[in-house]
Amino acid sequence: MTPLLQIDNLDVRFKGARTVHAINDLSLTLMPGETLALLGESGSGKSVTLKTLLRLLKEKRTDLSGDIRFDGTDIMTLSGRALRSYRGGDVSMVFQDPGLALDPVYTVGQQIAETVMRHKGLSRENAMDVALDMLQRVRIPSPKRRLANYPHELSGGMRQRVMIALALACRPRLLLADEPTTALDATVQIQILLLLRELQREFGMGVIFVTHDIGVAVEISERIAVMYAGQIVEEGTTHEVIRNPRHPYTQGLLAANLHDVARGARLDAIPGAPPSLEVRPDSCSFAPRCPMALPACRQALPPVLTPGPRRRVACLRAGETLAAE
Amino acid sequence: MSATDKPLLSVRELKKHFPIKGGILGRTQAMVQAVDGVSFDVRAGETLGIVGESGCGKSTTAKLLIGLVDRDEGDIDLDGKSLGRDISLRALRRDIQMVFQDSYASLNPRMTILDSIAFGARVQGLDDPVGRARRLMARVGLDPDRFAGRYPHELSGGQRQRINIARALVMSPKVVVLDEAVSALDKSVEAQVLNLLSDLRAEFGLTYIFISHDLNVVRYISDRILVMYLGEVVELAPVDMIWAEQAHPYTRSLFSAMPSMDPDNRTQKPPLTGDPPNPIDPPPGCRFHTRCAFAADVCKTRHPALGPMVAGSPHWVACHLHDPASGHPRAGQGVPA
Repeated sequence: MTPLLQIDNLDVRFKGARTVHAINDLSLTLMPGETLALLGESGSGKSVTLKTLLRLLKEKRTDLSGDIRFDGTDIMTLSGRALRSYRGGDVSMVFQDPGLALDPVYTVGQQIAETVMRHKGLSRENAMDVALDMLQRVRIPSPKRRLANYPHELSGGMRQRVMIALALACRPRLLLADEPTTALDATVQIQILLLLRELQREFGMGVIFVTHDIGVAVEISERIAVMYAGQIVEEGTTHEVIRNPRHPYTQGLLAANLHDVARGARLDAIPGAPPSLEVRPDSCSFAPRCPMALPACRQALPPVLTPGPRRRVACLRAGETLAAE
Repeated sequence: MSATDKPLLSVRELKKHFPIKGGILGRTQAMVQAVDGVSFDVRAGETLGIVGESGCGKSTTAKLLIGLVDRDEGDIDLDGKSLGRDISLRALRRDIQMVFQDSYASLNPRMTILDSIAFGARVQGLDDPVGRARRLMARVGLDPDRFAGRYPHELSGGQRQRINIARALVMSPKVVVLDEAVSALDKSVEAQVLNLLSDLRAEFGLTYIFISHDLNVVRYISDRILVMYLGEVVELAPVDMIWAEQAHPYTRSLFSAMPSMDPDNRTQKPPLTGDPPNPIDPPPGCRFHTRCAFAADVCKTRHPALGPMVAGSPHWVACHLHDPASGHPRAGQGVPA
């Protein structure tokens, strides 16, 4: 089976007053219908990865290199009409703040219909029917009435449902979701997560879901890739990464989650802060904060170990723990 | 009641309604019942966690406590002295301090961090404000020789929140209100700041009011948890008790909305549908009845009072299900499984 998405050796560098090496040698494969969570903290490059996939980064201020293929098509060289039909047609995105992502001067029906008219060539009337159908699918109560609402007339959870309806209206094969539940209340977040899980099954699309919350990643994804300093440091099935984390950073993140920490017990906090990425990392980026770091970790990039099929850990010492078992 | 059981901070029937003005004449169109009759006690050295969703009034409660928002009604007593009658707001602020969620917005961008920390002590006329500030900087883990002259934008989010904590402590307060103080931080940094908060609590004998939407964080740091819904307290209990049994249907929904950490046992059904209702014109009776699976007729008309689940229990709840005399068909049976 050809992968739905194949990223090879992606580098993203922002130029300007300050250079930032946002993504460094990132490779990732997504099979059709797979749900992958990109897990990481702020500045780890997860959102930049999504924006690169849609080619949303300003070309003047960005140096890109590497290879991205969507269903075999080279994304890096797309332009004009082909790029426009790829964006929103084959691949679409749900953003963190639906209040900002939706247009305040059009009704939600008009916004969904416009996308369908452009990508599918339907008449306005038929496109409105699709919009209505989409609002029903995202379980918005009294959808017919809601079609004529403006975004500000809807609650946060409703707006995110509209955003999802908009993103899925053209039946994309890949959905990119950038922290779509972070701004929502807990009881609304779980509704949106379960809705996305259901729609993913129904439409059979691939999903890349960016989050900083491990619990959210567990709820939504079958695979997890952990990002740190613009690189993937660990990847595997959700089960493997949560039950058997191999990278010290993943282990630290899980420990910092407080899920089953005894009350008042001292937390195993990861010391320090992530690197600034002004220079391209030439050794393990996590070594300065790592409790297991060896001198060798500070001298060269860590080897990438592959303990199983589609399982990888970028850590010099991951081999020891594997050998010990 | 022995002397140690006497509450350090006592809040009674606190009320704050914000008017919504509109129309050409700017007349009041409606009232947002942000906080509506909130009462609780906090003992010295205790940490009270406050949880709830947006619009439940937890941040307004915090602001009322330190007088950033004027209350409409209610009493705030600190150490037996009533605010406004026995002590002034200025005196109260020496004893109650606050740390906010947005570490950047809560610091003056034109002041060095040393000045920011020393400012309150200077205004209150305490001796040696700069020395106090430098000692506190060192205590929260920022070397005063390196950081004193820097400005807020030169620091990371975690460092800025340490500065805000130092600034809150410069007056040697008794109570610190932490309003989503770690929510904007990355998980690894959040753990560092939580460790710092625990250490400071032990070292200075602080009392915390810890407001957060993250139940795991609240459980970790708190002794008791207070759950708010649409401006009211619906449940109040020691952490272990509420973790073992959520007595209010809303609390139960809130707990089951937490994402699972077990890939083999993911959440299958959302505990609630829809968004929390607007605190403008909240529903009559029990405010949760519009979303409650166990609502009966009595819930639509009669407002449940907050009280102990059984006489003398520290586990308090405001729900007709727990009151045998409420007239609810399942009264006295507790929340069905």
